[in-house]
Amino acid sequence: MKSRRVRQRAPAYRWRAYFVLGVLAVLGLGLVARAVDLQLVDYQFLSQQGNARFTRIVTIPAHRGVITDRYGEPLAVSTPVDSVWVNPRQIMQGGDRVPRLAQALHLNEPTLLRDISSNLNLDFLYVARQLPPPQALAVKALGIPGVYLAREYRRYYPAGEVTGQLIGFTNINDQGQDGLELEYNSWLTGLDGEKRVIEDRYGRIVQDVDSIRPARPGRDLVLSIDMRIQYLAYRALKAQVEAQRASSGSMVVIDVDTGEVLAMVNQPAFNPNDRSQLLPNLYRNRAITDTFEPGSSIKPFFIAAALMSGQYNSHSIINTSPGYIKVEGHIFRDETDLGPIGIYTVLAKSSNVGMAHIALSLPPALIWRTLHRFGFGQFTSPGYPGESPGVLLPYKTWHPIRIATMSHGYGLSVTALQLAHAYATLGALGVERPVSFLRVNAPPPGRRIMPAKLCRELLQLMRGVVRPGGTAPSGNIPGYTVAGKTGTSWEDDDGSYREHHFNAVFAGVAPSTAPRLAAVVVLRDPRAGLYYGGDVSAPVFAKVIGRALRLMGVAPDKPLPAAQTLQVASLQ
Amino acid sequence: MIHEEISTDSRTRRTLSGAARVLLALKVDGPLAVGLGLTAAFGLAVLYSASGENTPMLVRTLLRLVLGIVIMLAVARISPNLLRRASPWLYGLGILLLLAVAAVGHVHLGAKRWLDLGPIHFQPSELMKLAVPMMCAWYLHERPLPPRWSDLGMLALIILAPVALVAKEPDLGTAALIAAAAAVVVFLAGLRVRVLIALLLLAVAAGAVGLRFMHGYQRERLLTFLNPEAHPLGAGYHIIQSQIAVGSGGVFGKGWMAGSQARLDFLPERTTDFIFAVIGEEFGLLGLVVLLLLYAFVIGRSIYLSMQCPDTFSRLLGGSIALTFFVYVFINAGMVTGLVPVVGVPLPLVSYGGSSVVTVLSGFGILMSLYSHRKLMG
Repeated sequence: MKSRRVRQRAPAYRWRAYFVLGVLAVLGLGLVARAVDLQLVDYQFLSQQGNARFTRIVTIPAHRGVITDRYGEPLAVSTPVDSVWVNPRQIMQGGDRVPRLAQALHLNEPTLLRDISSNLNLDFLYVARQLPPPQALAVKALGIPGVYLAREYRRYYPAGEVTGQLIGFTNINDQGQDGLELEYNSWLTGLDGEKRVIEDRYGRIVQDVDSIRPARPGRDLVLSIDMRIQYLAYRALKAQVEAQRASSGSMVVIDVDTGEVLAMVNQPAFNPNDRSQLLPNLYRNRAITDTFEPGSSIKPFFIAAALMSGQYNSHSIINTSPGYIKVEGHIFRDETDLGPIGIYTVLAKSSNVGMAHIALSLPPALIWRTLHRFGFGQFTSPGYPGESPGVLLPYKTWHPIRIATMSHGYGLSVTALQLAHAYATLGALGVERPVSFLRVNAPPPGRRIMPAKLCRELLQLMRGVVRPGGTAPSGNIPGYTVAGKTGTSWEDDDGSYREHHFNAVFAGVAPSTAPRLAAVVVLRDPRAGLYYGGDVSAPVFAKVIGRALRLMGVAPDKPLPAAQTLQVASLQ
Repeated sequence: MIHEEISTDSRTRRTLSGAARVLLALKVDGPLAVGLGLTAAFGLAVLYSASGENTPMLVRTLLRLVLGIVIMLAVARISPNLLRRASPWLYGLGILLLLAVAAVGHVHLGAKRWLDLGPIHFQPSELMKLAVPMMCAWYLHERPLPPRWSDLGMLALIILAPVALVAKEPDLGTAALIAAAAAVVVFLAGLRVRVLIALLLLAVAAGAVGLRFMHGYQRERLLTFLNPEAHPLGAGYHIIQSQIAVGSGGVFGKGWMAGSQARLDFLPERTTDFIFAVIGEEFGLLGLVVLLLLYAFVIGRSIYLSMQCPDTFSRLLGGSIALTFFVYVFINAGMVTGLVPVVGVPLPLVSYGGSSVVTVLSGFGILMSLYSHRKLMG
């Protein structure tokens, strides 16, 4: 009733009302159409755009493999640390942000401000690397916009300077820079993983969605090193280098049966945990990188050539009278006229005249071939960073005087590792095996380069060196026979010899009847008065190898003096 | 027994008629109240999600809703005659308050819109959203329709004075809404078609001139609307993000409290001006259509109610309230979906924000009053 009356009263409004309703309907349908447009037609695109706004792919850092000694003792481990980075543009948007960050990190505020403001074109700038996680989290907790954390790993070396140069070190990005860290870098390096995450507008990770690729941690590296022997060698060498005021020293111990390096130490030492020690003359692994003229320690290999030539045997007699020999106008002397002596005495007394007679009677090609087969003039451990091959000149260039000087260890150069490897080959009764810094589970068969019988004879001949009357009585080890050789050479300083600067060498294998260990000790430029290898280096050899053999449970091959028997018995 | 059955029966009937009687006594329109209630409830649910489960925010909104309802009920009981007679006074008070804002207003976010009345921050422009159309309806009430040129001139003055003051704050969105609400009154009063066309052309010309006098950010908004990708991180960010949010909702949405754009803070102003995008993302096309249907019901019922009124004042004012509400919804939804430029217009009954809820519910209170007292009028 009522409504009809209204319409009747105002008929002019009717079309207006319909018009209004029509407009409303059209606009309303327009909204719905727009919603359909966005949510049905453009759904795929917009949904993808939406996901792109909050899903991010982030890397999962993989940690570097652990390096252990042969028994699993950790020598290099990666521990998680956090680095603080900033988005320069973002952090510069707030005036108080940089000062707050500087305060939290204990950094110089003007410096930090300058660093950040001069890198406004970057999205990423480290401001503090490798903080302990609690400290980094405290910085993060301040909630300064534009400040982020990145997980990294820092390398720690539990054994510090004891294994310093051998293992080497990594840089701040966890990449190997020297030593075994560099040689086995790709093995040790992990492969960073990736995962998809949901982040909010402030870059905070809200949720892990899925893993694209899991992080593959670096593989572990088990070294051949026996830390017990390594510590022994380190302590003995350090003490002797200090006592003899030597400029440097190295010691290498090799397992004769497997070619494994059981110990390798140098002085001065280097602690890779302390970045301030990162100086080349400290971190260099001298046992591998530095060469020296071996002096008389080369003599056993000339004897090896002599035995293999068939011209000599262990009973051969060499006449060293009158105590000198003139070769191409140059005179080589012994300290005294030893007269006619056996090879045993040539080695024990280290007769230069005897050696020269023998060497000059042999075909140069045979000498060269023998030295070459024992590894002289070649890389001993190819791949180890900075290794030197030493020097062994081709025999065609040899004159008699060169042969004579070479026979007592001049005119060729070796590394401590190379010399130790050659002695290890002697100890293995003529079977050459490659040296290994990694633990060897099945010893490689090796390559025979000298008949075992001749090797045995040679080792027998070398036993006189550490006996009373030999050049190195201090190289004697109670309970074990030693086949060794001393060497004392002028120190070579870029081609010219430095007067009264010597390299003191002792190299040997023990026990000589069934060799287990071969070792080389070299001290460079001892300044405390003594300089003969037999006086300076042989005691280190005896101390380390004697204890190492007992540690390894090697049966003694000679009776112990009564007092020592008691001592050993009480130790056991 | 029989007696008892009858009494039970009559009690049921009495209860039913009781509810109707309560509504009648309250001067409340049942269907409209239900429509508003459902919309507000939907809004609360969305706000809870959009705010990141911010319970204090929800409680504040609920309190404002209660305040709005109380005012709505109060206004519904006021006789339209009183409303009509109060119109010029209300309008005058509004003008005074706007002048006060210009003089001693409280500056917030670079705009001088608030009067600081102790604990309450009050926006006089909200009052004018109702007072200006009321004034227009009052002015046209006693005059012959369609209005003469002289009346139109007077109306233009009535409208432009407050609109200019509000635009100066600056609050272009509210100024436009006030102008729209008043313009609807004039339009409903009946304009000749040629006058209508002339005014439309005038409005276009005024718009072009206005563009020159706009604030930088206002012009930028307008230009950005035309090409949002030109400023993906600047002014275009809102537009792009809101369309992505709506679009990525698809047909069925990502589910309540699961809208990633909103929850991860990529959607700006997600509890206030852009809450429509949250609905689109979490409830999808379905949710948007349901919300728009709710609004359509409220608007349709409002138009129906105002058309039932016999007198000019009631019809003009009622129509204006209904159509203004539509304009709110359309501009907000259009802005979020990229149909109209970004202007700060909240989604009525859903967006978080104090004054808007109270204004909107007061408007419906007036509408209910006009309808329920219609027999007194005429």
